Amino acid sequence: MYEDGEKGLIVTDERLMMGLNGDEAVAYAIKQVEPDVVAAYPITPQTIIVERFSEYVANGLVKTDFVSVESEHSALSSCIGAEAAGARAFTATAANGLALMWEMTFIASSLRLPIVMAVANRALSGPINIHNDHSDAMGARDSGWIQIWCENSQEVYDACIEAWRIGEHTNVQLPVMINLDGFTLSHTMENVFTLPDDVVKNFVRDRRFIKVKGHLGESELRLDPGTPITMGPFDLQDFYFEHKLQQVEAMRRALEAIPEVDAEYEALSGRGYRLIHPYMVDDAELVIVGLGSTMGTASYVVEKLREKGVKAGLVKIRVFRPFPKDELVKTLRSIPVVGVLDRAISFGAPNGPLCEEVKTAFYEEKDRPLIANFIHGLGGRDTSPSMIEGMFHRLMKIKSRGRVDQLIEYVGVRE
Amino acid sequence: MTEDKPGWREMPEGAISYKCTLDYETGDWGVEYPEIDYERCSKCMLCHFYCPEGAVRVRSDGYTEIDRRYCKGCGICVEECPVKCMKMVRKV
Repeated sequence: MYEDGEKGLIVTDERLMMGLNGDEAVAYAIKQVEPDVVAAYPITPQTIIVERFSEYVANGLVKTDFVSVESEHSALSSCIGAEAAGARAFTATAANGLALMWEMTFIASSLRLPIVMAVANRALSGPINIHNDHSDAMGARDSGWIQIWCENSQEVYDACIEAWRIGEHTNVQLPVMINLDGFTLSHTMENVFTLPDDVVKNFVRDRRFIKVKGHLGESELRLDPGTPITMGPFDLQDFYFEHKLQQVEAMRRALEAIPEVDAEYEALSGRGYRLIHPYMVDDAELVIVGLGSTMGTASYVVEKLREKGVKAGLVKIRVFRPFPKDELVKTLRSIPVVGVLDRAISFGAPNGPLCEEVKTAFYEEKDRPLIANFIHGLGGRDTSPSMIEGMFHRLMKIKSRGRVDQLIEYVGVRE
Repeated sequence: MTEDKPGWREMPEGAISYKCTLDYETGDWGVEYPEIDYERCSKCMLCHFYCPEGAVRVRSDGYTEIDRRYCKGCGICVEECPVKCMKMVRKV
């Protein structure tokens, strides 16, 4: 019924189109995936995810065990326990909730548990603020989680399905964080094309385990009394370093696994995203690089500027961890000027977190663009099309001068 | 600790142990170990239950004995023995 005769794609059938805000898109996708355990604590702007999902549980629409925990630390701890026992586990949080999970985020990744977590990105306290910026996810940057960033509710829905296959990929086995901008996405209703339940179920299939050689011989990496293993034992000077190298390798392999899973998802849904999404960059002279919903606004500005003859373009980073260095270098190598948008500050650092990575990616390259850094939108401040147009004008000036005078420009702040 | 340890590519992922705890002999940690005076022992087995390392075994005759491959010399068994038939002695 949903098949496209020619391509075999599940096309954009209007019967599968739903009006969903970002949080609802998460909850609906996770309902279709139906993980064994969801342990979550509500926090603005992620609350709707937890509310909707607990409704699904209360109405008997999913068999998932919903664990009502007393904190985010316990939420992620419950997910770690569930995944260690071989279950599938999902959680969701934002800002201070993610900060409270911080300790456990490192444990989830080092034990190689492919938990999926949605983060409705919100500014960290203090002073307390409930609106969007990226300080929460950037604070968890080095925790060993794969990070996917979404531009709209459609991408959120798709990421919440793909994430399981990425994290559980036998070459990867890492937790996945799906980032959606608080309020801008989490509370804004959009048309979302969904997939039928059975198609989602077939795609995510059952969780795959890797084989490990424990003290009693080969076993799957999960707790099973039949083939016991010890997870999370004391790991001293003589072994800890080696275990970190295994996580480095898993991230490297994720760079290959993500496009592979994505291609399979695209064949099914007609929607693929890969690691980065370049838009109008082929002949571009001025390119903006960034994360999340701002890139939707930026693509509107790029189109407006193109109408005026400005050779503008953009690159949306969909996967921030692992960082898609090679794709980015290949795409931006011949661009004269690049402006990197950061929606977070690393206090005392020469650049914002995304810009530092872009610059590092280019340090060993002979051909590289001039790279400017715009920090914007902190604490939910709106980044309007005119602000982004202003950034492109700054890039024009930088191009004509041939150098970047100011390491960071703060856009939209009162002087 | 002169054993050859594997490189990170050979080690099991997920930081799980590839050796059993029985392979880690901790008996050389302490400077003292407990001795049992079997003349006075009442076979109550409290030393067996209290030992945090499981290094006090129960023999088939009902008496307990110290497995010195694993005893760390903490002295809890001596402290808990109700008939005071155990004492810590210096290793020589």
